[in-house]
Amino acid sequence: MPTSETPKSIRKLQVKRFKPEEYPKKHYLNSETGIWNWMTTVDHKKIGLMYLASVAIFFLVGGLLALLIRTELLTPARTFIDADVYNQVFTLHGAIMIFFFLIPSVPAALGNFILPLQLGAKDVAFPRLNLASFYIYTIGAIFTLIAIFTGGVDTGWTFYTPYSAQTGGNVLMMTLGIFILGFSSILTGVNFIVTIHKMRAPGLTWNKLPLNLWALYATSLIQVLATPVLAITVLLLSMERVLGIGIFDPALGGDPVLYQHFFWFYSHPAVYIMIVPGFGIISEVISTFSRKTIFGYWAIALSSLAIAFIGFLVWGHHMFTAGQSSLANMVFSFLTFLVGIPTGIKIFNWLATMYKGSIDMKAPMLYAMVFLFLFTIGGFTGIMLGSLAVDIHLHDTYYVVAHFHYVMMGGMVMAFFAGLHYWWPKMFGKMYNELWARVACVLVFIGFNMTFLPQFVMGSQGMPRRYFNYIDQFQPFHQLSTLGAYTMFVGFLIMAAYLIHSLVKGKEAPANPWGSRALEWQTTSPAPLHNFDHTPVIINGSYDYHKPMSEFQLGIADSHHDPLDEHHGDQPVDIQTETTA
Amino acid sequence: MSEPSAVEERPSHLQHHFVDSDQQFDSAKMGMWVFLVTEILFFGGLFAAYIVYRSWYPELFLMASTELDTFWGAVNTAVLIGSSLTVAMAIRSAQLNQIKGLIINLWITISLAFVFMVIKYFEYIHKFEKGIFPGEYYTYEGIAHEKANIFFSIYYMMTGLHGIHVIIGIGLMIWLVVKAKKGVFSSKYYTPVEITGLYWHLVDVIWIFLFPLLYLID
Repeated sequence: MPTSETPKSIRKLQVKRFKPEEYPKKHYLNSETGIWNWMTTVDHKKIGLMYLASVAIFFLVGGLLALLIRTELLTPARTFIDADVYNQVFTLHGAIMIFFFLIPSVPAALGNFILPLQLGAKDVAFPRLNLASFYIYTIGAIFTLIAIFTGGVDTGWTFYTPYSAQTGGNVLMMTLGIFILGFSSILTGVNFIVTIHKMRAPGLTWNKLPLNLWALYATSLIQVLATPVLAITVLLLSMERVLGIGIFDPALGGDPVLYQHFFWFYSHPAVYIMIVPGFGIISEVISTFSRKTIFGYWAIALSSLAIAFIGFLVWGHHMFTAGQSSLANMVFSFLTFLVGIPTGIKIFNWLATMYKGSIDMKAPMLYAMVFLFLFTIGGFTGIMLGSLAVDIHLHDTYYVVAHFHYVMMGGMVMAFFAGLHYWWPKMFGKMYNELWARVACVLVFIGFNMTFLPQFVMGSQGMPRRYFNYIDQFQPFHQLSTLGAYTMFVGFLIMAAYLIHSLVKGKEAPANPWGSRALEWQTTSPAPLHNFDHTPVIINGSYDYHKPMSEFQLGIADSHHDPLDEHHGDQPVDIQTETTA
Repeated sequence: MSEPSAVEERPSHLQHHFVDSDQQFDSAKMGMWVFLVTEILFFGGLFAAYIVYRSWYPELFLMASTELDTFWGAVNTAVLIGSSLTVAMAIRSAQLNQIKGLIINLWITISLAFVFMVIKYFEYIHKFEKGIFPGEYYTYEGIAHEKANIFFSIYYMMTGLHGIHVIIGIGLMIWLVVKAKKGVFSSKYYTPVEITGLYWHLVDVIWIFLFPLLYLID
């Protein structure tokens, strides 16, 4: 019980140290079970797992759609599906992967699970809103499914007007689905911001905040600031189709380029909603598996915020060929280059963290290495696309396709898998098979490069994106790309197999299998229903690898509920800590 | 270091994951403020569209805004500002533990919101009768400008979205009245009243921007 207020912002806590119980009998997965309890749970961990299951399903669907696209592109003309079906398939692949997989993947699935654990809180600030956000996501998904089965959508995931205002199919349903989905994203963002501000455990000051949380904080800021603009954009597009309001229709005095401005004002920052949480995971994983204090803590923390900020100023680089003034083009091009600075800062700090560390190439670290390699390529090609003259040549070619797959898939998806493998023992209390995890990772890496490296070459030679037919000279590239896609698919199948196997027959995981210093590893695996049996007090930083592991028993402030002498801790020690409010 | 004398009772409104009522209140209030930021950006898209089209067709906006009834617009402004006052008084009543005053002030706010919607309804009907519909359904001939529809598209989108927010506000306040009658609120716990009040002020502020931008530019 926190007592005696010593001078203002310092208060004294009486702290006992406890070791987490190994192999607990009772944890969040086996308390309050049953379908109904899961459906109505407000526990952030269970909501996180429900999100995880949903994004896994959408990743599978989006991936199968990608295989359809790649298979169709084996030959220059029609292979096995018609051109208009092909248009719907690539639209769905993009929309599903972006809105239903990438955006919720790390924040809503992994973030939901890990954020309160890293804060030492019992839950997020608004648990019921958290559950609501999951159901809103589900409703959005249902709308999209209806759209698919009542005519489909063939506009591409960007829904550019005027085509999207005129084409057949059920664009309305799809845009409404995305409108609804936006609310789920906003609620998650609001929840995370408030939770990080208000729910930190005693002693967890801003300069001890894990970098994953800095990244999630930056992400939430973008979600909160950008998503409403997407909402109004798709709402206007819906009204365009329902009432013909003409705001984007030149015949009625409107302007289709305004749509592009609105759309990219959200969708470019959305790219950072997708990638910034990945940076957070990579910071955690690299520090843990290098056994070293993170290098440049503040540089990494603040560069996340810098990316969030600059990300709002670069949307015009999607419209270099849409008839912007050349002054606007130059400004947007310059600002685009600026994004490279904080991103570069991160990469170099991660490398410096690894330097002279004792690196342990476990599966999460392997994925982090794949991330570094692929994301760097994706980032550099992004700088090339941001330069005006080059972009005029490369605009709307496979070069762009390869670039954003290197960033989104090579970057974000790999970071997601790094995080999934890293926190898997904490989620389920089970270990997966390390050997197969590495095999799958290597297969995915090879397959990925086989798929997308040829697309850089094709794109620079002029192969336009989204085309159904192509000229014969590109066929070898397309075939290599398709082969790579199937290799990746095999890698993912292996991953699914060993992860499911670990759930059923996996070895039980100890509380801290990686020897990490971070707070979430100081509680049991899987975590108790309310995360910590006592309110934890944060004494050491989560990257303090220079201190011996024995110091990383959890500091515990005695809580109301527990009789004081039930646990056998060391003698209570007094520590001074800043108040967290 | 004194032992807590007895295990303190957790008040019934305190959710399991908060340490104390203050933390819960602060979190709720901050959450509402962040949400209000998203609302501003939501309307921000429409304000951006307004700026773009007004700079393209400045003369159209001057002509078209004469079609709007400044008198009733002004009345509505006064009504909404008045309702902001009463919602603030409702919060004050809750802070002073005057539950009766809280309920009365909420009812006044709800009625003012209804007055606003009724006036808005008659404004809309009046325009529909003239054939002033949004976008491609626009048939009114009274404005000598071929893009006249675009002003009214923006007008309907902005005031329509604002109207939806007013209706949501009415719903929230009816919910507050129901809870207040059940005796949920007291000077110790009035968080929902406070944050609904914040929301209501934002709805008011948006109208204060809409009124001059749409009605008063001629």
